[in-house]
Amino acid sequence: MTDLAHIRNFSIVAHIDHGKSTLADRLIQETGTVEDRDMKEQLLDSMDIERERGITIKANTVRIDYTADNGEKYVLNLIDTPGHVDFAYEVSRSMRAVEGSLLVVDSTQGVEAQTLANVYQAIEADHELVPVLNKIDLPASDCDRVAEQIEDVIGIDASGAIQVSAKTGQGIHETLEAIVEYLPAPEGTLDAPLKAMLVDSWYDAYLGVIVLVRIMDGTLKKGMRVKFMSNNTLHHVDRVGVFRPEMEMVDSLGPGEIGFLTASIKQVRDTRVGDTITNDRNGTEEALDGFKPAQPVVFCGLFPVDSAEFEDLREAIDKLALNDASFSFEMETSAALGFGFRCGFLGLLHLEVIRDRIEREYGIELITTAPSVIYHIYMKDGEMLELHNPADMPDMSKVDHLEEPRIKATIMVPDEYLGDVLKLCQERRGIQEDLTYAGTRAMVVYDLPLNEVVFDFYDRLKSVTKGYASFDYQMTGYRTDNLVKMSILVNDEPVDALSTMVHRDRAEMRGRAMCEKLKDLIPRHMFKIPIQAAIGGKVIARETLSALRKDVTAKCYGGDATRKRKLLEKQKAGKKKMRQFGKVDIPQEAFISALKMDG
Amino acid sequence: MTDDWRYGGFGLYVHWPFCQAKCPYCDFNSHVSAKIDQNAWVRAYLTELERYREMLPDRVLNSIFFGGGTPSLMHPDTVAAVIEAARDIWTFANDIEISLEANPGSVEAGRFTGYRDAGVNRVSMGIQALNDHDLKRLGRIHSVAEAKAAFDIARNCFDRVSFDLIYARQNQSVKDWERELDEALSMAIDHLSLYQLTIEDGTAFGDRYERGKLRDLPTDDTAADMYIATQEVCGKHGMPGYEISNHARPGAESRHNLVYWHYGDYVGIGPGAHGRITIGERRIATETHLAPGNWLEAVNKGNGELTPLVLTPQDRANEYLMMGLRLSEGLDLERFVQIAGVPLSEIRLSYLEELGMVRRDGFLLKTTEQGRSVLNAIIKELLVD
Repeated sequence: MTDLAHIRNFSIVAHIDHGKSTLADRLIQETGTVEDRDMKEQLLDSMDIERERGITIKANTVRIDYTADNGEKYVLNLIDTPGHVDFAYEVSRSMRAVEGSLLVVDSTQGVEAQTLANVYQAIEADHELVPVLNKIDLPASDCDRVAEQIEDVIGIDASGAIQVSAKTGQGIHETLEAIVEYLPAPEGTLDAPLKAMLVDSWYDAYLGVIVLVRIMDGTLKKGMRVKFMSNNTLHHVDRVGVFRPEMEMVDSLGPGEIGFLTASIKQVRDTRVGDTITNDRNGTEEALDGFKPAQPVVFCGLFPVDSAEFEDLREAIDKLALNDASFSFEMETSAALGFGFRCGFLGLLHLEVIRDRIEREYGIELITTAPSVIYHIYMKDGEMLELHNPADMPDMSKVDHLEEPRIKATIMVPDEYLGDVLKLCQERRGIQEDLTYAGTRAMVVYDLPLNEVVFDFYDRLKSVTKGYASFDYQMTGYRTDNLVKMSILVNDEPVDALSTMVHRDRAEMRGRAMCEKLKDLIPRHMFKIPIQAAIGGKVIARETLSALRKDVTAKCYGGDATRKRKLLEKQKAGKKKMRQFGKVDIPQEAFISALKMDG
Repeated sequence: MTDDWRYGGFGLYVHWPFCQAKCPYCDFNSHVSAKIDQNAWVRAYLTELERYREMLPDRVLNSIFFGGGTPSLMHPDTVAAVIEAARDIWTFANDIEISLEANPGSVEAGRFTGYRDAGVNRVSMGIQALNDHDLKRLGRIHSVAEAKAAFDIARNCFDRVSFDLIYARQNQSVKDWERELDEALSMAIDHLSLYQLTIEDGTAFGDRYERGKLRDLPTDDTAADMYIATQEVCGKHGMPGYEISNHARPGAESRHNLVYWHYGDYVGIGPGAHGRITIGERRIATETHLAPGNWLEAVNKGNGELTPLVLTPQDRANEYLMMGLRLSEGLDLERFVQIAGVPLSEIRLSYLEELGMVRRDGFLLKTTEQGRSVLNAIIKELLVD
């Protein structure tokens, strides 16, 4: 146990790619927490997907021992948080467990939308902030300008900002000193009943559920019995430990400390993030405030390409859900795709991550259907239905009106691209709420339908601004609009998995775009194929995919028999992976690609 | 003993793997080598042939085909030695066809009488194009004038002379091709092979195509129009297509290639040569070492062959399907049952008939004119799995 005065708990706030994980790596390395030979990049990101995409998805924790210039020994607990908007809830709860943050800004880029979103969360959590200007080794680095921008946009003093190159190690020592000097020590009472915050939890195949905790008061000891206050369940603590970043067992954790416990808990769902953990008897009376659980906002269908793999998919989804309480699912049957699951996600990145993990870790190839948001359908009889899947849209004659979710989007962009960003937001039915400048960067705030954003908005934004725009959003509420269900017919057969909800005024345009896309995505067949978009019984767009005219091997002699037979057999197997609608084979990628709008 | 071994005939393929230059579209097993020891190659071919004496006794040989590479770089004595060795092992059919692929250059033309004296009775010349600009683009080392001269020498030397052209070339229009085809038909004796340019992986063209450097190739639709034009023009000149890319006056079809398309037996010798031989009830796919050096070395140690593979009924069915449907005469559905053990799916057959892709004529399954240009799609529909 460490005395409170010698503990510092902190997180790192940064926009994606501003060097957060690299800075964390350097802090760990500089203090000798991990031996050089065990060092690898993005040390705290343990999932393959995190390393590959250079993002952090799960919050990770490391305990660092540091002897400061004043000769005193400190324990620094870092919680590394995700940078992406989809995982904002994860950021907010991690921040509640620490007292301060390093505000890392890329000195070649400046403040970005996620810097802002995360910094506001830190301010909301009463954090002390230490500004760090990173990437000073790059020629484009401009610390004065960026420090000024931090003061202008965020409104905190950046005069003492530390200049760092996480790449070369310059400024790392100064950063460690600043953590000790400027961040407050935690508060807490040792002689009090245990009061610990359940920060996060995840499943480990060997140890069961691992619970990340921050001790507020009292002591957590191995062997004691604890109570989870939200559901009054009792658990016997098997292990207590800290992360370095590998697990290291300790006997106890005291006030201000961050570590983990295991208690033979089988499911992540039995542990509620934000819960208060206390002694089973004579525990604290007062529970912590707790967090609002994250709600899925984007839904899509996941179907196995090979329908025989449905049970495998069920198992994979069950296992992933064990570790991710924000991911919801229920069985879905599609006339086109057979059995699958309708799944709910926090956002598109979350969707992609789960989909990638199922495909990669469980080896199941998936067809992903068009992402949808939750619509509120008000029936004429006064009933309100939640629509997660356009295929379930009730008969329009019984519907009074529809509401769709809206968001407040904050976009930061260099002013030369502002015009393109405004155009994109207008195209997506956005209503401008604010437009301000910080130097040559504009900050625009838009009220947008979530439906227009979940799909390819971020990709389009990046493409029209050559990657210079940053984007963040929060849900605001529901609003009535003129929405209709658009169906797609391929060779005169409706394909339920391609149905989407669209605004009536944009239906023709979207319908045309989808038909054109599908015409490119569906391979030519031996016959011509009409592709139509329709609202109810009315066709609003039509394309015709002409018949295949040439597919023949010019030379096929004795020496070609084996190779060409195998090639044809392989192509046939590939064809089987497509979905058959009537007599038409639709490639699996078509279900998503058809929706992408090229602007 | 039968001279029509299990309906498909029996042939010998001899692969000569060397060329003077590698053509950028060619994905055949060919190599450019400065010095070739013809004696070593003769010995190796004879050693390989000898292995089949016991394996396939009492056969009547319908054809020998010297392919490559550029077999017209072979010494006539080498060709003669192989033919004699084959005659010693098998009985030659009275009408045995002995073909040799030749480059239409002046040097080769000088060896034509030698080949004829060795027993070759048919040559197939790789003329490829009848305009010099395109010949250059195809990486050919001969000119149109040289090709025509070599062709004249060949027709004086051999009864049967065929030549190859490649079409659907860069910047070629349907009209251009029709004009070229007219000229070709005025030269042709009784057989022509007309191939659409195919961009194969692992060739110089394939590489250029990947990098977007092979421009102005006809679109698939234009290529389809060219194919239809080819069938029409050749048909009018009395040289209908008897196979996807081969045209002949009736009776002048390449007997060797018919062995492949009838899914008969053939022995393949030389580097990278494939064979299909039936021993007892088993149909065996043979293959030899691909690289000339490796092959030669393996043969000197006793055997140039890689591990032979016994084909499953499914493999056999799909190979017969793929080969047999190439022929205008059609695929024999009864023979298909013998080879595959099961008939073709009635549902899929009727579906293809409905689409106008195939038709049944007694026990023969034939592709329609429309079906021929999408044969791969038809085969994929019918493949046994």
